[in-house]
Amino acid sequence: MGHGFSTLFYKEVLRFWKVASQTVGAPVLTALLYLLIFSHVLAGHVQVHGVIYTAFLIPGLVMMSVLQNAFANSSSSLIQSKVTGNIVFVLLPPISYLEFYLAYVLASVVRGLVVGAGVLLATFWFAPLDFVEPWWILVFALMGGAILGSLGVIAGIWADKFDQLAAFQNFLIMPLTFLSGVFYSVHSLPPFWQQVSHWNPVFYMIDGFRHGFFGVSDASPWLSLAVVGSCLALLTVFTLNLLKRGYKLRA
Amino acid sequence: MSAAIRITQVSKCFGSVRALDQVDLEVQRGEFFGLLGPNGAGKTTLISALAGLVRADSGSLNVMGHDVQLDYRAARRLLGVVPQELVFDPFFTVRESLKIQSGYFGIRDNDEWIDEILENLGLTSKANANMRMLSGGMKRRVLVAQALVHRPPVIVLDEPTAGVDVELRQTLWAFIRRLNEAGHTIVLTTHYLEEAENLCNRIAMLKAGRVVALDTTAQLLRRFSTHCLRLRTDGAMPAELAADAAQNGGWWSLPFDAFDQVEPMLAKIRAAGCRIDDLEIGKPDLEEVFVRVMQGQHEGQVS
Ligand SMILES: Nc1ncnc2c1ncn2[C@@H]1O[C@H](COP(=O)(O)OP(=O)(O)O)[C@@H](O)[C@H]1O
Ligand SMILES: [Mg+2]
Repeated sequence: MGHGFSTLFYKEVLRFWKVASQTVGAPVLTALLYLLIFSHVLAGHVQVHGVIYTAFLIPGLVMMSVLQNAFANSSSSLIQSKVTGNIVFVLLPPISYLEFYLAYVLASVVRGLVVGAGVLLATFWFAPLDFVEPWWILVFALMGGAILGSLGVIAGIWADKFDQLAAFQNFLIMPLTFLSGVFYSVHSLPPFWQQVSHWNPVFYMIDGFRHGFFGVSDASPWLSLAVVGSCLALLTVFTLNLLKRGYKLRA
Repeated sequence: MSAAIRITQVSKCFGSVRALDQVDLEVQRGEFFGLLGPNGAGKTTLISALAGLVRADSGSLNVMGHDVQLDYRAARRLLGVVPQELVFDPFFTVRESLKIQSGYFGIRDNDEWIDEILENLGLTSKANANMRMLSGGMKRRVLVAQALVHRPPVIVLDEPTAGVDVELRQTLWAFIRRLNEAGHTIVLTTHYLEEAENLCNRIAMLKAGRVVALDTTAQLLRRFSTHCLRLRTDGAMPAELAADAAQNGGWWSLPFDAFDQVEPMLAKIRAAGCRIDDLEIGKPDLEEVFVRVMQGQHEGQVS
């Protein structure tokens, strides 16, 4: 990877960092509000895997923030560059499609992790948290961020207008993240919805991530790793192929 | 030594629009080359194909011997493009934009050259201003600067002076001329034909995706435009001269090839007893060439 890659990566990080109140502050606040509301309503009534509800909820919110912000970073950067036309600045230089992909995805992962860390920092006062198997935490945060970062690249390239991107977000990303066990254990769902959840890759990201905190989870972390790893591999191949063909970027 | 730009049999369609139709073009190193044509002729598409922003349906494009698809890294490093659209990244200052652009080309410590570009384009005082705060003319200058950060030997400017004030035009052309004198190959498109006439040593004219004229500026002027004697008379004109002349209001235009033909023409007019109220001598100009080429009178006469 050359200096072109590191510059594009740096520029993508700088882009969100310059407006950190919107790109980091706002999502941390949102997650905090979710925590306050849900834990107020449900704490004391519910325990999951023998963990008090607020403690169970926190890793879910952290991971949801990682995922949503990773997606937001690459997708909004690309659509803005396309709509304003300044995408030419990265298309004219000798940056390979692989470098392009990695720069956007890694910057998305960084944004996801920064927001995730912010959410963790803002919420861990509210309940006792363990970090039983921290490697799982890191692995799932990185891979989940990379998957959503890739999806963001795809959405940002595919969408011609902001409302198309919003549709992608509202009809795919939001349902997938909300119906993934962020707020509950899927074991508490009726059997049909349990089945549906098991087809949702985001469920495995959250479940594996949560396993790192408590050492217990709905699915085995190895199964989650396999599912999440396969998704990442597939998406990477798919996105690289789009970029290689110049889909919607090089007419 | 390979040509600065070699375009071979390049075609490109957008749906049913044939934007480029088997274009052949070669620009030698060190040339100041003009690409002219009406709106929609395909100039921007040709430049985009050269820059790798658009993929040609067929044919090949080379920058200093490097194919823009197969060897895109080398080709793009050798090429600097000023896009037609006035684009900018609102997140950054002028200097940040230029440093980032340098980085994309793999260049780390470029401050000295960046300062020189800023100075030459009259941007020094704006170096730390956010791009959003700049006027259109200033943004245009930054766009030129961004195309130059990697010192490309081949520089392509797509209508760099559209909607730009006189001062910037002069600053810009003075700088581009210096770059040309220093050995950079320059290709420009413009709607100001006077600019092209003054700057370019060779010109290609595009119409509906085809090259309809290609020659040195001097040859084009000689072939498609002449000197002419323009006269305002009391109305009459000897029949012998009127046959070749064009009349427009009270003005007659009498074309001629050499200055020693002027005196005999005037003598004939005097002999016929016509009164001359006003007189001027028109030089061949590119505008006339352009109009005549675009009217299609000389189609196929590509040399
Ligand atoms: N991305 C595009 N999609 C569809 N049509 C295009 C596109 N780019 C250019 N064209 C069409 O191709 C033709 C040539 O356009 P262009 O190269 O911009 O001309 P010029 O720069 O000479 O004004 C025009 O008819 C234009 O509408
Ligand atoms: Mg154009």
